[in-house]
Amino acid sequence: MTAPLLSISHLNAVTGRNGETPILRDVSLDIAAGEVHGLVGESGAGKSTIAKAILGILPRGIRIASGSIALEGVDLLTLDASSRRKLLGATVSLIPQDPLTALNPGRRIEAQLTDGLRLWRGLSAADARLRALQLLDEVQMAEPERVMKAFPHELSGGMRQRVLIAAAFALEPKLVIADEPTTALDVTVQKQILRLIRAMQERHGTGVVFVTHDLGVVAQICDRATLLYMGKTMEQGRVKDLLDAPRHPYTRALMDACPRYDQPGRGLAPVPETVFADCRAEIAAFDRERAGHV
Amino acid sequence: MSDPLTISEQALIDARGVVVAYGGQRSAFGRAKPEKRVLHGVDVVIGRGQTVGIVGESGSGKTTLGRALLGLVPVADGSIRFDRHEIVGLKEDALRPLRKRMQMIFQDPMSSLNPRHDIRHILIAPLLLHGLARDRREAEVQVRAVLDRVGLPASALERYPHELSGGQRQRVGIARAVVLAPDFVLADEIVSGLDVSTQAQVLQLLGELKRDMNLSMAFISHDLSVVRAVCDRVYVLSGGRVVEQGACEQVFASPHHDYTKVLIDAIPLPVIDPQWLGRGQRST
Amino acid sequence: MADSATIIATTGAPSRGRRRLQALARQPKVVWGGGFILFLVVVALAAPLIAPHDPLAQDLMSGTLPPLGFADYDPGFLLGTDDLGRDVLSRLIYGTRIALTVAFVAATLAALVGTLLGLLAGYFRGVTDTVVSRLIEIWMAFPPVLLSILVVAIMGSGVTSVIAAIAIIDWTRFARVVRAETMAQAQGDYVTAARTLGFGRWTILFREILPNVAPVLLALITLEMGIAVIVEAILSFVGLSVSSDTPTWGGMIAQGRQIIYQAWWVFAAPLAALFATVLAFNQLGDGLRRALDPVMQR
Repeated sequence: MTAPLLSISHLNAVTGRNGETPILRDVSLDIAAGEVHGLVGESGAGKSTIAKAILGILPRGIRIASGSIALEGVDLLTLDASSRRKLLGATVSLIPQDPLTALNPGRRIEAQLTDGLRLWRGLSAADARLRALQLLDEVQMAEPERVMKAFPHELSGGMRQRVLIAAAFALEPKLVIADEPTTALDVTVQKQILRLIRAMQERHGTGVVFVTHDLGVVAQICDRATLLYMGKTMEQGRVKDLLDAPRHPYTRALMDACPRYDQPGRGLAPVPETVFADCRAEIAAFDRERAGHV
Repeated sequence: MSDPLTISEQALIDARGVVVAYGGQRSAFGRAKPEKRVLHGVDVVIGRGQTVGIVGESGSGKTTLGRALLGLVPVADGSIRFDRHEIVGLKEDALRPLRKRMQMIFQDPMSSLNPRHDIRHILIAPLLLHGLARDRREAEVQVRAVLDRVGLPASALERYPHELSGGQRQRVGIARAVVLAPDFVLADEIVSGLDVSTQAQVLQLLGELKRDMNLSMAFISHDLSVVRAVCDRVYVLSGGRVVEQGACEQVFASPHHDYTKVLIDAIPLPVIDPQWLGRGQRST
Repeated sequence: MADSATIIATTGAPSRGRRRLQALARQPKVVWGGGFILFLVVVALAAPLIAPHDPLAQDLMSGTLPPLGFADYDPGFLLGTDDLGRDVLSRLIYGTRIALTVAFVAATLAALVGTLLGLLAGYFRGVTDTVVSRLIEIWMAFPPVLLSILVVAIMGSGVTSVIAAIAIIDWTRFARVVRAETMAQAQGDYVTAARTLGFGRWTILFREILPNVAPVLLALITLEMGIAVIVEAILSFVGLSVSSDTPTWGGMIAQGRQIIYQAWWVFAAPLAALFATVLAFNQLGDGLRRALDPVMQR
C-alpha cells in the first residue's frame, strides 16, 4: 500500500487563554489520492477546524497542541510559514462555503481566475486567460467569455460556486478542501454542484476533504467519512459501513433524526439525551486519561 | 385527503388569485418604478388543524406568499379570507383583532428576537397588548407556562437573545408565536439553520403544540423530506405560481409536474445511490 | 433555586441597569473619556471657587508672565498671564462653562431634531423619506461655516445663537445616520414579528427600533459634543460668539494668536484644553458604543 496523500494523526487543538478548552481530540485520518473523505458532524463538532488546520488558517485563539498533518509524507506543522505556503499553494486548494464573500466583489472573474495561474504556474497573461476559459468550460459554464468579463454580483449563486470550483482545480491540486460548499445553495443547484465536484475529482484523481453536516450528502459524494462530536472521532470508515451498519450509538441516533421523504414513518426522532450523555461521558473519560498522562 | 374545494367550506385560510407585486407605485416626485410581480395569482386553502407545506426554491415566492397570508405585504389582486374575514386591503388597525389569531415563527431566531429586549419582555408584551392578561403578574404566570411547554427553564426569562443557543432561541420564537393561543401559525424555514438533532427536537415540539392547541399551520421549507414528515398537504411553487398541489402521500408518490420531480430527486438521501451523482462514469 | 416568588419579584429593570453599568465600567475609553468630561463639568460648576483670580481682572504691570517652569515665572499665575495681565488659568477655567454649555445643549438639540426626522424617514419611507432626504441634500449643500455666520448675524451674537447655529447645521448628521440605521433595522425579522403580534407603528418605531439605533445615536451625540466645542471655538475665534468680556477658549485662541511671539502660552493653553476635551468626547462616544452593544459585550 502506498503512503496516503494526507495523513492526520493524533491531532489535538485547543483554545482559551491557557489552552484549557480542547477543540480537537486526538483526531486521526488518512486520505488516499482520488478519494473523497467526509468530515461530518453538527455545529461545534470541529469539522471546519480540521479543514482550517490543514490549510493553516486557524482563527486567532485556536492552536494545535500536538499531532501531525502530513501531506505526502511532509509534516505541515513542522514547516516554517513560507515553505508551508509554497507547498500548500501548489498542492492544496479550497472550495469555500459562501460563494459570494469568497470572490472579490470589485474584480472581474477573469482577474480572479488567472491570479493563481500566473503566480504559481508562471503563465503569461494570454496563456492564463486561455487556461481560465478552458476551466470555465470544464465546469460546464455556459458562455465562458461573458462570465470572464463579469463581476461576481452579476452571477447567480450556482455560477459563482462553479467559478470557485474552476479556481480550486485550476492548479491541478492533489487535495481539495470543500468546506460545506453547498449549504448556501438551493437543492437543485446543490445537486449540480455535487455532481460537478465529483466529476472533477474523478477526472483529475484528486483527494477531497468534504466538510458537511448532511448525512445525505455524505452518502452520495463521499467514499469514507469521519463522524465527529465535540472534536472527537465517534466513528470512522467506509460510508457504506457507516450508513448500513453504524457501530456508534451517536451515528445511529443521527440517522434516525434525519427526515426521509421516501420513508415518512422513519426519521425525525430526536437524539435521545442518553446518547448525548454517553458521548459526553466518553469525551470526559478521554480528557481525564489525557490529563493523567501529562 | 379531500379535495381543496370541499375543504374550503371549513377552511381557516382561503386565498384565491393572490397577486403580489413590488414597485409600480408613483413616488412623491413622480418617478414610477417598474412593477415586479412576485406572485401571479396563487390559490391556497388551509383547513382547520391542517399543516400545509409550501415548497420551492429561492425566488419561487414562497416567503412572499407566507407573508401575504398574514397580511404583512400589500396584495395587488385576489382575496385572502381568514376564518371568512377578508384581510386584503385591511388597514393595520382593522387587522389588529385578527393578529393575535395568526402568528409566525421565523427562520433566523437571532434576527427575529429584538436584541435589546430580554425574553420576559419579548413574551409578556404581546399578552398585555391584546389584553390576554390583566397585569404583569398574570402575564408572568402565562409566560412561565408557555416557556415550560416549549422546554425552556424559567431562568431563560432573564436572558437576552444573544445569551441563548440557536435551539433555545428557536424555542423562544415558538413560545412567542403560541403565547397568544393563535389559530394559525406560519413557520418560515424554521429548521434550515439548525443541526439535525436540534431540528428533530424542534419539529417534535411543534407537532405536539399543533396537536394540543389544534393549530393550523403553513410550513414553508425548501427541504422536502421535512415537509413530507410534518405536512398533510403540499403546494409546490415555482416562479410565483403553484405548479402542483395535493396531499403529501400523493404528491410524493406520483408527482405530476416535472419541476416537482426534479425537486424531489434533488434531495440527497442517506442511502448510497451511485446513480444520483453519476459516480464512476468518467465523462471526458 | 427555582423559587418562583423571588424571580417574579425581580423585574428586568434593576438587573438590566446594573449589567449596563458594569459593562460601562469595563470600557477604559468610557472611564477615561467620561472621567475627563466629568472633571470638566465639576470645573465649570465650581469655577468661582477654584479659579485663583478674577478672569477679567487686568493688571498691566504683570502682563505676559510665562507659565510654571520658565524664567520670570510668578507663582501666583500657574499658566502665566496674557498681554493685559489676566490669569490664563482662570480664564481657561471660566471658558469651560461656555464650551460645555454649548456642547451639551447644541448636541442634544441637533440630535433631537435629526433623530426624529431620521426615524420617520427610515421607517415610513415614501413621501416622508423623499421630503426629509431632499431637505438633507439641500442643507448639506450650504457651506456650514457661512451658514452659521448667517444664523449668528440674523440672531445676534451670544451663546443662544451659537447653539442655534450648531443645531440648525448639524441635525443632518443625525438624520442621515439614524435614517440609514432605521432602514436596516426595519428589515429585521424582529420588526415583522412585532407587526404579526399586532403592535402599532409608533410602538414599533420607538420601542423596538429606537433601542437598537440608540448605541449609534449615543456615539454620534458624544462626537457631536466634540464638534460643537470646536465650532464654538471657531465662532469665538472669528468674534461671532459671546461678547469678548466673557472668557471662551476660542476667544483666548484668537487673542493668543496676535501675541503668539511674545506669549505663546496664551495661545497654547486653550488649544490644549480644546484638544483634550474633543479627544475625551470622541473616546467616550466610541466606548459607549462598544459597551452598549449587547452582542459586542461578550
